[in-house]
Amino acid sequence: MNWINNIVRPKIRSFLNKKETPDNLWVKCPESGEMVFYKDLEANQWVVPASGYHMKIKAADRMAAFFDGGIYDEIKLPGAPVQDPLKFRGLKKYTDQIREARNKTGDQDSVTAAEGHVLGHKVVVAVQDFEFMGGSLGLAAGEAIIAAMVEAVNRKLPFVFFVASGGARMQEGVLSLMQLPRTTVAVQKLKEAGLPYIVVLTNPTTGGVTASYAMLGDVHLAEPGAQIGFAGARVIEQTIREKLPEGFQRSEYLRDHGMVDMVVHRHNMRDTVGTLVGILTKVPSLEQFAKPTRKIAANSDQPDAGNEQNLLANPPEAAHAE
Amino acid sequence: MSTLSYLDFEKPVAELQGKISELEQIGDSEQAVDVDEELARLRTRAEDALADIYSKLTPWQKTQVARHPSRPHFSDYARHLLTEWTPLAGDRKYSEDAAVQAGLARFNGQSVAVIGQEKGSNTESRLTHNFGMARPEGYRKAVRIMDMADRFDIPVLSFVDTAGAWPGIGAEERGQAEAIARSTEKCLEIGVPNLAIIVGEGGSGGAIAIATANKVLMLQHAIYSVISPEAGASILFRDAGRAQDMAAAQKITAQDLAELKVIDGIIEEPVGGAHRHIETIMASCRAEISKFLEEFSGMPRDKVREHRRDKFLSIGRTLA
Repeated sequence: MNWINNIVRPKIRSFLNKKETPDNLWVKCPESGEMVFYKDLEANQWVVPASGYHMKIKAADRMAAFFDGGIYDEIKLPGAPVQDPLKFRGLKKYTDQIREARNKTGDQDSVTAAEGHVLGHKVVVAVQDFEFMGGSLGLAAGEAIIAAMVEAVNRKLPFVFFVASGGARMQEGVLSLMQLPRTTVAVQKLKEAGLPYIVVLTNPTTGGVTASYAMLGDVHLAEPGAQIGFAGARVIEQTIREKLPEGFQRSEYLRDHGMVDMVVHRHNMRDTVGTLVGILTKVPSLEQFAKPTRKIAANSDQPDAGNEQNLLANPPEAAHAE
Repeated sequence: MSTLSYLDFEKPVAELQGKISELEQIGDSEQAVDVDEELARLRTRAEDALADIYSKLTPWQKTQVARHPSRPHFSDYARHLLTEWTPLAGDRKYSEDAAVQAGLARFNGQSVAVIGQEKGSNTESRLTHNFGMARPEGYRKAVRIMDMADRFDIPVLSFVDTAGAWPGIGAEERGQAEAIARSTEKCLEIGVPNLAIIVGEGGSGGAIAIATANKVLMLQHAIYSVISPEAGASILFRDAGRAQDMAAAQKITAQDLAELKVIDGIIEEPVGGAHRHIETIMASCRAEISKFLEEFSGMPRDKVREHRRDKFLSIGRTLA
């Protein structure tokens, strides 16, 4: 914000600094290079208006944008049974890295969960936040995911999981790898309870996370352009010494190769998930959310501008009546 | 001790072995020199040196032993431990993947289903088996075999030995991640008991896909890790050259993992590693497999499943 500092008077500047403004008021679109005012991004659920690029979104913002009326109850999740099981020290001490991530995000680890409504259907939603050590999967995230899924089983509610992760948390060694079978046990409990499990793959979802709960959903949705894959692109390039094809490991590529059901624009996510949950649980979606021309098709990755308002504006309280 | 390729830390043994060979030649010749006493002395020294080195292998040295080209591979285990070994091919969806061998056999006369990762032992077989790095089809074949075992109420034995799942364009296109996830899921789902033995390298997701078992054992010098020491070092230390440090920091040895309660037991190797006395390691494995089959024989299906799930859910929790 150099140019602001240079032209505004000191008094105003101190006022500006006092406010909780992000360091950069202007955010560069990674795709088009266009500079976007952060308020505009925030208002648009962190989708760059012109290019449609889906930026990373904080877990709390994601929940607020997803649930009916932005209303939800957070579910308290357990932490790691042990903080630093290997007493690991890389370039930094692992315990310091955790502390930094907690200060940065205000969360205990990478997974948070909440209960709320979508199109009037009660659901449990979990979000994996890439901001917290790359959304990596370790003991804490594993316990949180298991607890959230078990909570959904106890409450008999469908489970929606927004995943984002760089993979296993290597600072925990094989204990992080063990989260693959551990979380898979929890997915099986959801399935045995007959509850829909909807996975939303967001940018990026890679490594071990893709090799467990992220690929075991009843339905796999993906945000446009998200990087999704098991092996890192660099590793593949080095192994096979070939250039990777255009769009490799992107949402659309996974859809074309049969791993993802639909690529869905963030603005349409509520509507798509709500509709699916409604059909799978055989409960009609509430009238006031139903779109006159709702169509769920594999090409719903473009925002449906005409109907957005009804969906995103505060819905009537009636939606939350049991 | 036959002609073996020596690892760098085995140099003292290699030198002694060299001297022994020289003396043996002298002894064989017609000259009237008595070398027997000296030979016996050298042999004892060589054995002591080997025992000494192998009693205090570092995690990085164990990594090298686990990857030793002469280390017994799945085909050796199949030949020594199984009868009527009948490998089956193909995932019934796309193709056959020889990195994963799977099929039916008998162990001590009892029917078993067997899954094993095969690295190959010469250039040709290494290429055939893609160095033990499976593609999605390998895991889907494993799922197919586990399904069959479940249907016919046959226990499953898996032999884990892979650097990891194959990182390639085709593998990604055909859903490597999904294939691994489904295989892990199947391991957890079957109502028949399964045993996994990590015989060499247990490389991350590529290993867990067939190593999610009621009982998980590791050979004494095998390793099991979330990422190879080399790749881990390049990410966490920004220096691939520090693989030795990463091997130690990541706790990848059987001894460390038994302590962390990730595995259920260790199968001791003969002095100098499994590759020096294949018969000995096979006898130990045979005993462990028999023990496993006995332990789980007659256990009802839901108990088998519950046992496995509870075991994995408790990993990490018991460290608190």
